[in-house]
Amino acid sequence: MSNQRQSGGVGLFDEAGVERWPDALAGARLHVVTGKGGTGKSTLAAALALALAAGGGRTLLVEVEGRQGIAQLFDTPPLPYAEQRIAVAPDGGEVRGLAVDAEEALLEYLEMFYNLGLAGRTLRRMGAVEFATTLAPGLRDVLLTGKVKECVGRTVGDDRRGRGPRQPLYDAVVVDAPPTGRVVKFLDVTKAMGTLARTGPIRTQSEGVVALLHSPQTVVHVVSQLEDLPVQETLDTVDELAEANLPPGAIMVNRVRPARLPVTDRVDEGGLRAGLEAAGLFLKDDEVGGLLTEVDEHTERLAVESGVRSRLDAAGMPQIELPELADGVDLGGLYELAELLREQGVRHDR
Amino acid sequence: MTAETVPGGDGHAGASRGRRPRHLDLDALIDDRATRVVVCCGSGGVGKTTTAAALALRAAGRGRRVVVLTIDPAKRLAQSMGLEELDNEPRVVPGVDPGAGGELQAMMLDMRRTFDEMVLGHTTPDRAQAIFDNPFYQTISSSFSGTQEYMAMEKLGQLAATGRWDLIVVDTPPSRSALDFLDAPQRLSSFLDGRMIRLLSAPARAGGSALRKLVGSTFNLFAKAVSTILGGQVLADASAFVQAFDTLFGGFQERANATYQLLRAPGTAFVVVAAPEPDALREASYFVERLGTERMPLAGMVLNRTHPVHATLSGARAREGAEALEAARGDATTAAVLRLHADRVETAERERRVLARFTRAHPAVPIVDVPAMATDVHDLDGLRAIGELLRS
Ligand SMILES: Nc1ncnc2c1ncn2[C@@H]1O[C@H](COP(=O)(O)OP(=O)(O)O)[C@@H](O)[C@H]1O
Ligand SMILES: Nc1ncnc2c1ncn2[C@@H]1O[C@H](COP(=O)(O)OP(=O)(O)O)[C@@H](O)[C@H]1O
Ligand SMILES: [Mg+2]
Ligand SMILES: [Mg+2]
Repeated sequence: MSNQRQSGGVGLFDEAGVERWPDALAGARLHVVTGKGGTGKSTLAAALALALAAGGGRTLLVEVEGRQGIAQLFDTPPLPYAEQRIAVAPDGGEVRGLAVDAEEALLEYLEMFYNLGLAGRTLRRMGAVEFATTLAPGLRDVLLTGKVKECVGRTVGDDRRGRGPRQPLYDAVVVDAPPTGRVVKFLDVTKAMGTLARTGPIRTQSEGVVALLHSPQTVVHVVSQLEDLPVQETLDTVDELAEANLPPGAIMVNRVRPARLPVTDRVDEGGLRAGLEAAGLFLKDDEVGGLLTEVDEHTERLAVESGVRSRLDAAGMPQIELPELADGVDLGGLYELAELLREQGVRHDR
Repeated sequence: MTAETVPGGDGHAGASRGRRPRHLDLDALIDDRATRVVVCCGSGGVGKTTTAAALALRAAGRGRRVVVLTIDPAKRLAQSMGLEELDNEPRVVPGVDPGAGGELQAMMLDMRRTFDEMVLGHTTPDRAQAIFDNPFYQTISSSFSGTQEYMAMEKLGQLAATGRWDLIVVDTPPSRSALDFLDAPQRLSSFLDGRMIRLLSAPARAGGSALRKLVGSTFNLFAKAVSTILGGQVLADASAFVQAFDTLFGGFQERANATYQLLRAPGTAFVVVAAPEPDALREASYFVERLGTERMPLAGMVLNRTHPVHATLSGARAREGAEALEAARGDATTAAVLRLHADRVETAERERRVLARFTRAHPAVPIVDVPAMATDVHDLDGLRAIGELLRS
């Protein structure tokens, strides 16, 4: 494969000697994945769900933004509002997927207390359910996180027929969360509740959500890339999470491209031309000039990368690193990323 | 369906039958005095704000009197354009060459303020105050998805109405989908028209007999459940808001419709911005189709942050050369340069494949490539550099 990883890009410890996936992360049951839009949240949440299920486990991958991103990634038809098996994990194990939707969650919720019957659909079609979830700004988030909590807490009997001592249904739940700008608001259920009724069923449930999100069972990972803006957003988010008392996970540095030329190597035209000729390549001047331009751009890129890397290091969080996949991410690519996660120690301790 | 084309679009019409997309000539677009509004659209993070600012700066340098309405410029870019002051009015951008007789003003949208001004413009001050004091107004004006798009359109309408500038360049909100810009205002309207809140607060009266038959007493139950969850106050506030808003609503709708017409008018041109990534180009594709069905004029697409190769040496030969050198323990630096080139060829080929899917579906859409710069674009020099690239 042409996609050589940077030396030191894998292994259980990063260059500074920090463990990439410490025990605290391996013990968590709710993994929330955020990041600047487009950096690879959905991709890495999926790869993480695969890696955590590896070796006979069962994980649930949840999306909350109504994009049917899971179905696209795993190449399946759009997910209904129901948990469905979407993939087999490496070395046995399974990943299920769920596209949570605030309106369905509200209907499901009302169904528990009031019998709406078939009229629920009609209400939805009329836009009444959407309207209701918009009346109070926090309600949507409370509904979505409430559903996630229900999945984390769900148990089944540990024998085949569902009897026997009860065990959690899922070893771990991975949430493809809203992007950095919105994630803290999404997770700050206490604040969202301020806009809702002081008593009542949702209130009670939300107190449980708050407890889960602020417990060691939860970790929030931030996906980043080695560029100014994603790194800035990552660091801002890490601060905001700390302020909101939400437990930090790992920084997942995605789409790392190989460093071909150490910055210390000076490339001069004469030496390059001689080297090319030794390789049997007799190039015109403008071709050689073109190669030198590429070298300059590469050097500039490495300078930017090394600057943002030291800013990331200063955050003092565990770091996972994933390479740019040359052919983009298809299903095979997801498994490849999951494998690379496992090589860096990513696992769930059952 | 293909959108209508506008100046700048018909560059090398003769060459368009081949696989190469037509070249988008943005200088022709901004130099054409008939072009009055340019709207930069695209999915999140592709470079809409950067493109809008760069086009506006370039147009001003070429003699147009330009205002650019930005939505969410990065902090450093905002600073360099003198956009820190948030008074929701355009300000002169310092450092623009007035040589050609042009000028550049810029503003950053303050959506809450735009909404407030709109309310004030349609009712008496004390009624407006009652609306501002309502907690539901705070929700709608700050966190409803769609308000930002609505207010961007409103501001565009206001700027156009002044006649103060001869070119308005508009950035669009950072929504996930480019279509939101066209759809969101309608969404907001259907929330404000009061039907839903009447149903929730007094379902029996508002529903009409047909509806009552359809959902029966369930709607009452639903309304009761919702009010249990939200607390009676939320519904009461929402209801009071909608009542107070009722008299304004017609005016709001009219304004929104007028701006929508402006987007369709001759003199308006949409520029779709995309990155050479599957998701961004899929979004661009939907948007182009939508412009076609709406009969809104598309100038073309800016393919931003591409990674072109600078030497024509093939990836395979570069790789072979590197392998030969490595095997013979030859010059390691040259081998590294060749590997680097092979990486770049691979990236460029992937970008071409991804783009080809778009051009097969939309062969008539002119395109201009803008290579990725090594660093973010955060000052006027950076914008000028992008402007140069937009032309080439
Ligand atoms: N490691 C990677 N190598 C190559 N492409 C990647 C990688 N990670 C993500 N991508 C691509 O980047 C794009 C954005 O990724 P996605 O997971 O959808 O981001 P987000 O959910 O953060 O918006 C997708 O096209 C995806 O295939
Ligand atoms: N051609 C380019 N080369 C390098 N950086 C770019 C380029 N175009 C945009 N950027 C950077 O990408 C980021 C996102 O651009 P922006 O214009 O804000 O996107 P959008 O408005 O679509 O969200 C900004 O930091 C900007 O400086
Ligand atoms: Mg995503
Ligand atoms: Mg923007």
